[in-house]
Amino acid sequence: SFTEPSLYTVKAVLILDNDGERLYAKYYDDTYPTVKEQKAFEKNIFNKTHRTDSEIALLDGLTVVYKSNIDLYFYVIGSSHENELMLMSVLNCLFDSLSQMLRKNVEKRALLENMEGLFLAVDEIVDGGVILESDAQQVVHRVALRVGYLGRKRIKLVLRIIRLTCNLL
Amino acid sequence: MIKKFDKKDEESGSGSNPFQHLEKSAVLQEARIFNETPINPRRCLHILTKIIYLLNQGEHFGTTEATEAFFAMTRLFQSNDQTLRRMCYLTIKEMANISEDVIIVTSSLTKDMTGKEDIYRGPAIRALCRITDTTMLQAIERYMKQAIVDKVPSVSSSALVSSLHMVKMSYDVVKRWVNEAQEAASSDNIMVQYHALGLLYHLRKNDRLAVTKMLNTFTKSGLKSPFAYCMLIRIASRLLEETDGGHDSPLFDFIEGCLRNKHEMVVYEAASAIVHLPNCRARELAPAVSVLQLFCSSPKAALRYAAVRTLNKVAMKHPSAVTACNLDLENLITDSNRSIATLAITTLLKTGSESSVDRLMKQISSFVSEISDEFKVVVVQAISALCQKYPRKHSVMMNFLSNMLRDDGGFEYKRAIVDCIIGFIEENPESKETGLAHLCEFIEDCEHTVLATRILHLLGKEGPRTPTPSKYIRFIFNRVILESEAVRAAAVSALAKFGAQNDDLLPSVLVLLQRCMMDSDDEVRDRATFYMNVLQQKQKALNAAYIFNGLTVSVPGLEKSLHQYTLEPSEKPFDMKSVPLATTPINELKTELTPIVTTKLPEKVAPSRQDIYQEQLSAIPEFKGLGPLFKSSDPVQLTEAETEYVVRCIKHTFTNHIVFQFDCTNTLNDQLLQKVIVQMEPSEAYEVVHYVPAANLPYNQPSSCYTLVRLPDEDPTAVSCTFSCTMKYLVRDCDPNTGEPDEDGYDDEYLLEDLEVTVADHIQKVLKPNFGAAWEEVGDDFEKEETFALASVKTLEEAINNIISFLGMQPCERTDKVPENKNSHVLLLAGVFRGGHDILVRSRLALADGVTMQVTVRSKDEIPVDVILASVG
Repeated sequence: SFTEPSLYTVKAVLILDNDGERLYAKYYDDTYPTVKEQKAFEKNIFNKTHRTDSEIALLDGLTVVYKSNIDLYFYVIGSSHENELMLMSVLNCLFDSLSQMLRKNVEKRALLENMEGLFLAVDEIVDGGVILESDAQQVVHRVALRVGYLGRKRIKLVLRIIRLTCNLL
Repeated sequence: MIKKFDKKDEESGSGSNPFQHLEKSAVLQEARIFNETPINPRRCLHILTKIIYLLNQGEHFGTTEATEAFFAMTRLFQSNDQTLRRMCYLTIKEMANISEDVIIVTSSLTKDMTGKEDIYRGPAIRALCRITDTTMLQAIERYMKQAIVDKVPSVSSSALVSSLHMVKMSYDVVKRWVNEAQEAASSDNIMVQYHALGLLYHLRKNDRLAVTKMLNTFTKSGLKSPFAYCMLIRIASRLLEETDGGHDSPLFDFIEGCLRNKHEMVVYEAASAIVHLPNCRARELAPAVSVLQLFCSSPKAALRYAAVRTLNKVAMKHPSAVTACNLDLENLITDSNRSIATLAITTLLKTGSESSVDRLMKQISSFVSEISDEFKVVVVQAISALCQKYPRKHSVMMNFLSNMLRDDGGFEYKRAIVDCIIGFIEENPESKETGLAHLCEFIEDCEHTVLATRILHLLGKEGPRTPTPSKYIRFIFNRVILESEAVRAAAVSALAKFGAQNDDLLPSVLVLLQRCMMDSDDEVRDRATFYMNVLQQKQKALNAAYIFNGLTVSVPGLEKSLHQYTLEPSEKPFDMKSVPLATTPINELKTELTPIVTTKLPEKVAPSRQDIYQEQLSAIPEFKGLGPLFKSSDPVQLTEAETEYVVRCIKHTFTNHIVFQFDCTNTLNDQLLQKVIVQMEPSEAYEVVHYVPAANLPYNQPSSCYTLVRLPDEDPTAVSCTFSCTMKYLVRDCDPNTGEPDEDGYDDEYLLEDLEVTVADHIQKVLKPNFGAAWEEVGDDFEKEETFALASVKTLEEAINNIISFLGMQPCERTDKVPENKNSHVLLLAGVFRGGHDILVRSRLALADGVTMQVTVRSKDEIPVDVILASVG
């Protein structure tokens, strides 16, 4: 009845947008081996969760913990025998890291402009299904993006204003 | 002002998702700028991000294009931009399985892994281990060992986790790093501690002693990491389970102690481990249940969910242990998380009283459509358990189930409901008609063939015996018109049963069957023609044999016998009595009521245990001429547990012989036994014909020897006999370490317990779905009746259980269950006596100061009747 004690905890990390489209998906085992099966699972998961703001569900015999913010849906998936709080710690770490990296601006547009930050952050949180780090502070420190979201955005805005003023002149 | 621009940008849509319409070919084209000098880190970074984004979306990259991009990327190692370098590591990991020759980056990664930049070292190790094989791993072994004990946590963690991934491929190399992992386990960093523990366990898990030692060390020294504690709890509970450690074991104390940990994660893990331990008693459960009770009112949904899910599991086995939480569970019924609410209600249904059922059911129906199929199945199973507990509530629940049946849902869900209704109908005769009506309505619009055929089968069995059988005909015939072949065939069989049982319906059924004979499918036509011809004979015996009670032989056995018959052409017609009987499957008790992951149904009829024995025995030359195997008994232990030799016996009954199979195990590692036989001394006129020895019985490798006994001819009613058994063998002492035996041996013997052959060994269970028809078919030519007083028996249930186990026959029509508060009961038993004659027993029981039993036995032969009456008396 007991599953083998193991460090392999996370089966997948997903981020979907408010249409249920995949923005990020990382599967760590062969539960859904093909892209087709993965997308079907993501569709199912989105349909079952996007209307409610509860944070945990059981789907396809898997435990799914999730969280949504504005137009983003974050999911961490593990076996139904897994400690739900462990999965929750992964979800919280992911969300908090992004929140810090995006200066609390956790929404689709900001995320898309910082995809490399997201890729690097997930890489620091989970490695091959093993929880690598659960402290958001540590993750942000290790990702160490030099030019943050706001920095680059500000440059863009300044450029745009200059262009507009030139046009006006 | 600034915000306005943003809005406009968003509305125009162009800037909302820069990755939306990425073309793989265009991105790969762009990747050519990797080769430009000087490197433009910002642009290159953006392109790498696009590549990883595409891979992440599931875009397929061909080997050539991937390899090309990969090689271009390697040039970016010349740049010192940190983010760009990190993205290179990611690209390497993502492309490790797609591109060729990824090992080209080994030296760059090794350099980063051992370099000064701490920020590179961890990710470089992870990327390197992703592209490394066993031979290369040995080349970097020195660096890995250093990295494991590195003082920078991210480096140490990366090395430990990567080592864990490598264990599958290079166990022999990684196991040399145990000392380093051991050192890392005493790190101050909580993640390093966790990863080190995980790796250590993985390397040692097959060595129970090492695991025990490791647990002792860590449980005593204490850990900082809650993750590591969870891992320790899992290891401890697994060890407890494997070693059958009692609740006084220090491991159990450790787990119980974790209930007082300051991290909720650890407390929950410990509570869950205790709940899942086998043979947990109420006293050990209590502290675990009370922490779960606390979690029920946590503001965190995940914790409430975890708690109530675990309490639900406890309630299955120990409902009384959860009663204390009823109030907390009541509060969760209205939880906004429907999964939590469902689990709370189903738990309450298990622990609550009869009076609360109506209220809870009403509550569930208010949101049943919002929950996932998995939980719907949980609800159905809870209702099913409730039906057994409170049969008086059947109308409420039947209503509820029929509503659920109408809703949308997958196969597993619908099957659970149908199972539940069918179980219900069988338990409560008064709910039969409503239940059948609901099922009829369901098959009018049912997409699942398996369920439709099952329901049709049930209608055929139960429908004809209801007060108004005619109302089911329409539902059944609709299936013949509308459904697929399998369903049509099942509908034809069901129709035939109505015709066979109800004379006034027969003419109409014949008309309908006539129409089915025009069906486009062979099977449907064949069935219709067959039933048509049987029914037209208007003979009760034929109806019973060919319509109500089908074949009772084992299907693989029939296949084999027919094949054998075609190989050896003979004048004699094929004899059905030569085919082994199907052994009635043991009803599996549904203990696991958690949501089930869909399992594929087995495609072929799996051979039964008896089919396997038949195969094994027919391979032994001495047993060639014995005919078909009639019955194999359950194993009987002939030694106490934990003796030098362990022997158990399986009795195989044939037409005129019994083969005793002795499964022997030698538990002495300094002995090799040879020529092992079990000598048997019968008390009656049984004759031992032959011994088949087990040639060798080495330490811990079970082997079987056989004894062949002929049954007495003179007095066929003398069926029971006691044998005294002695195991005889040649001992050769051997070296316990090498297993090398001595040259010489000596004879020795070992006394076993006595072995009984009883009447049950001569009778095989056979289920007659329609006992009445079978009773008429056999007729009263050899009917005998006798009355017995069972003075020592105090209840009807006890009497029934005794009779069933004594005669070894199959109870029919669910007569093994006595309705509540009844003083009399009729038990119907069916079986086949050795030799192939059906034998039926009707036993009327009356309770008054002990049980009085009137037994009526029918068979087509006199001997079985006499045997039964003689052995009961």
